[in-house]
Amino acid sequence: MNAYVGTSTSRVDGRAKVTGAAKYAGEFAADGLLHGFVVEATIARGRIARLDTSEALKVKGVVDVLTHARRPPLADKDEAWKDEVAPEKGSPFRPLYDDRIKFNGQPIALVVAEDWETAKFAATRVRVEYEQEAFATDLESERDKAEKVDQPHKPRGDAAAALTRAAVRHEADYVLPSEHHNPMELFATTAVWDGSGGLTVYDKTQGVQNVQKFLCSVFGKKPDDIRVISPYVGGAFGSGLRPQHQVVLATLAALALKRSVRVVLTRQQMYGLGYRPMTIERVALGAKPDGTLDAIKHEAIAVTSRYEDFSRNDTGWAEQLYKSPNSNFSHKLVDLDVSTPCDMRAPGAATGVCALECAMDELAVALKLDPVELRLRCYSDRDQSEDLPYTSKQLRECYARGAEAFGWSRRNPAPRSMRDGKELVGWGMATGVWEALQMPVAVRIVLTANGHAEVSCAASDIGTGTYTIVAQVAADALGLPIENISVRLADSTLPQAPVEGGSWMAASSAHAVLGAAEEIRRELARLAKAMSGSPLADLDAANATLTDGMIASSEGRGAAVSIADVMRHSKLERIEKEKLNQFAEDKSHARNTHSAVFAEVKIDEELGIIRVTRIVNAVAAGRILNTKTGRSQIMGGVVWGIGMALHEETVMDHRFGRIMNANIAEYHIPVNADVHDIDVIFVDEPDDRINRLGIKGLGEIGIVGVPAAIANAVYHATGKRIRRFPITLDKLLE
Amino acid sequence: MNNFQYSRASDVADAIRLLAADPGAKLIAGGTNLIDLMKENVERPSRLIDISRLPLRDIEETADGGLRIGALVPNSDLAYHPLIEQRYPLLASAILAGASAQLRNMASVGGNLMQRTRCPYFYDTTTPCNKRSPGAGCSAMDGLNRNHAILGTSTSCIATNPSDMSVALAALGALVHIARPSGQRTIALTDFHRLPEDKPHLDTNLGSGEIITAIELPPHGFARNYSYLKIRDRLSYAFALVSVAAALELEGNAIGEARLALGGVAHKPWRSLEAEAALRGQAATPDHFGRAADLLLQGATARSHNGFKIDLARRAIVRTLMQAASATPQSQAHKKIA
Repeated sequence: MNAYVGTSTSRVDGRAKVTGAAKYAGEFAADGLLHGFVVEATIARGRIARLDTSEALKVKGVVDVLTHARRPPLADKDEAWKDEVAPEKGSPFRPLYDDRIKFNGQPIALVVAEDWETAKFAATRVRVEYEQEAFATDLESERDKAEKVDQPHKPRGDAAAALTRAAVRHEADYVLPSEHHNPMELFATTAVWDGSGGLTVYDKTQGVQNVQKFLCSVFGKKPDDIRVISPYVGGAFGSGLRPQHQVVLATLAALALKRSVRVVLTRQQMYGLGYRPMTIERVALGAKPDGTLDAIKHEAIAVTSRYEDFSRNDTGWAEQLYKSPNSNFSHKLVDLDVSTPCDMRAPGAATGVCALECAMDELAVALKLDPVELRLRCYSDRDQSEDLPYTSKQLRECYARGAEAFGWSRRNPAPRSMRDGKELVGWGMATGVWEALQMPVAVRIVLTANGHAEVSCAASDIGTGTYTIVAQVAADALGLPIENISVRLADSTLPQAPVEGGSWMAASSAHAVLGAAEEIRRELARLAKAMSGSPLADLDAANATLTDGMIASSEGRGAAVSIADVMRHSKLERIEKEKLNQFAEDKSHARNTHSAVFAEVKIDEELGIIRVTRIVNAVAAGRILNTKTGRSQIMGGVVWGIGMALHEETVMDHRFGRIMNANIAEYHIPVNADVHDIDVIFVDEPDDRINRLGIKGLGEIGIVGVPAAIANAVYHATGKRIRRFPITLDKLLE
Repeated sequence: MNNFQYSRASDVADAIRLLAADPGAKLIAGGTNLIDLMKENVERPSRLIDISRLPLRDIEETADGGLRIGALVPNSDLAYHPLIEQRYPLLASAILAGASAQLRNMASVGGNLMQRTRCPYFYDTTTPCNKRSPGAGCSAMDGLNRNHAILGTSTSCIATNPSDMSVALAALGALVHIARPSGQRTIALTDFHRLPEDKPHLDTNLGSGEIITAIELPPHGFARNYSYLKIRDRLSYAFALVSVAAALELEGNAIGEARLALGGVAHKPWRSLEAEAALRGQAATPDHFGRAADLLLQGATARSHNGFKIDLARRAIVRTLMQAASATPQSQAHKKIA
């Protein structure tokens, strides 16, 4: 039954991607295609006093310039602009809606021309005058204006009192900067006009049905008027969860001009989209001398825009990880004149767990305890927020396997005690945790008499490998070779799926495939029994199995019949089944993935140069559907974690309220030279409670804990505790 | 990007004529920096004069035993040329410390000398910048200046020259050959770039209508004791916070000739004859190297965020001289500082 699930099956779309056959949103052609270029605001707050497009319109090849004063109607109610990922509170941004400027880089006009270069040139001819207003973009100077949002969890006990009486206490602020996703593929939309009012919109998105519903409500269209397709996505990491400016602008222009329009954002313009918000994390830990915790307090102060409250759970993760009778968590927001932040890989956890795990390291030092030992002494077998057991939690095994692979037992605990030539050597570790969510997804399977199956679903594959795991699960469930499975994804007309995010798509799509395959199997069993003179006349549908193109009884009695014969006898060319899979609600257990990350740094102290020479990431995430794509997922997370620790920072000049490193030359991410050995270990974690296949999802867990492990290694190497990320060399030289 | 005219020069004289005929014209060879600046509307040439096909791609030995390098030799070809690798490995190393393989394949030697600062305010046309718009003011002075100049700054500009190649050329005492309407001239590379003073819009002393035709390397290549060390925020593909080109002539442990130049710290490659003179005749020891570093960094000043560069430069100078003295030059391929 499991020829493919659990193996290192290569990506089924790999060839298409490396040969260029895979088409992305900005690559779809259409007759008479026009190109739009976005004009952006250059102030942080105020209103447009005058917007003069006359010079731009004179440029040969320019078809139109759309502005708030010249555009087709847009919905005026906030509800119409709320996509399925929009923050509950707030009024979503509406491009070209009115004359208000809410952030620097806001789109204020779209120049539409016969070709992209002409549109780009003409965009420089749009003259704008502003009425500027006082603005604020600096979280640290506005910190006092922070306002509390809903806490992630209710407080337990009295953390403040417990901290006061704690034998050993640690309290500090950890500062994590804003970061941008920088997916390789630029945000792009090609809106294809069908000549009679309908649009096919090719969009870079993590959720085609989310975009389709959003466009219909924003433009007052009927569901059949707009179809959204996004077959391949060149990375998104959360930046494509919400419909972005370019899809609104391309659709707007296509409707205005009744022609097909493509809008591709530049790399610089993508810094006007969402981002991981800068967050100040204050963690306070109180421990008993034996290394058990008595108090945990974690407060986060994060950036949001003035028009929407974006917040994630930064602070509550200790409830899953560390036993403490007293705990208090709070999340605060500061409204600034910036665009709304959005999800970025492991939103909340990447930052919040970073602070918590640095703080735990500092506590271990204060207690003179090994950092792994401290975590074992505080280990929580229950999720304390709801006092629930886990469906599975092999975190202890992660610590053990990770430590063994890393050689942790050879660590000299004293800072500055380990060397390699000129370099100081530091070994640090941290815990990672994420949620194991699962969502309703529907899948349609069409089995044809030639033994081929088409599996289709509206879910996106954002580069994570959804095409591949869907094919693997379908091949096993239908008993077919994977070559006979074709997968169609990311078309809004296909069976329902939520946005791809939160690490939920692997479990959700896999079980939807199982559900639809089950229907196919039942139908085949029914047909097989009904065949005249059927050797499977006594077959119980519940015991039917599909293997190697044959249907048989799992009880092993009686003969097997080929599926092709069943269909031929039944005079059927195809069997089509669609099934929506809903997971049974289970409030009796917590569902999480976990990891233990071990990092080695080598530091040239004189010059402040840090190299991350080794990372071991031991992950417990249920059954791994595909060990190859799964390992790639974790490696990608680790590399990003190196970036969080050492490189990444969106730098803003608060005098202008403007991002000054909006390009990937100056916004640093790790390059090959910064990446050394990465060892990914998947710890066995059987879980027959969470879902049928025991799947938890791997999208986010790979990054969580990595920046803290590196920061803790830097401390171990140098004796210097850097609490302001990224850890650049000037901070080490201070 | 603005519209522009395009001309292809048939020879050097033609390029000079075309330049003289259109004051808004710019030469283009590899275009690795100019095209970026045009896309950002920082450079808005009325005409591009394509010189990429001119016959300036030779590397030839000169009568005195030096080398003459055509202005259009690609950076990669120069770095991997056997004569450069054998006789001027400092230059090869500096080139390989810069940019990426793809950029080095396109970029020309002359274009490398002409590349402009990466100051973010220079690139962002919505912010004031004296280099881009003379008289507009300097946003970096009291803004984001973590990677700005510490030497030779003025009250109007604290931008740095981003070239790695130029730092090695400065240390090696290279000459720049220039063709102009009235003939030829030759200047020292150290006089080619200028300090910002009150005219930061001028990066170099290249006059209007002038074209770089070649770089000349003097015979002495310091092939035995040299090193180029580039300190940056990641281990590759980033501009220098500080870079050091060091070259020594050693007899035993005694220093004969010494060359020392800094990158990433000033509007031009920074060299001090005084610092080099102080090394001559001394033993190759960290103390003497530290003293030379102090002389080279004399007058260094910091703005709000770049003070660390002064101390970092001192440390980097000593380290690079140690690498040079021990004949263990910094590798540009290994993921590690030697």
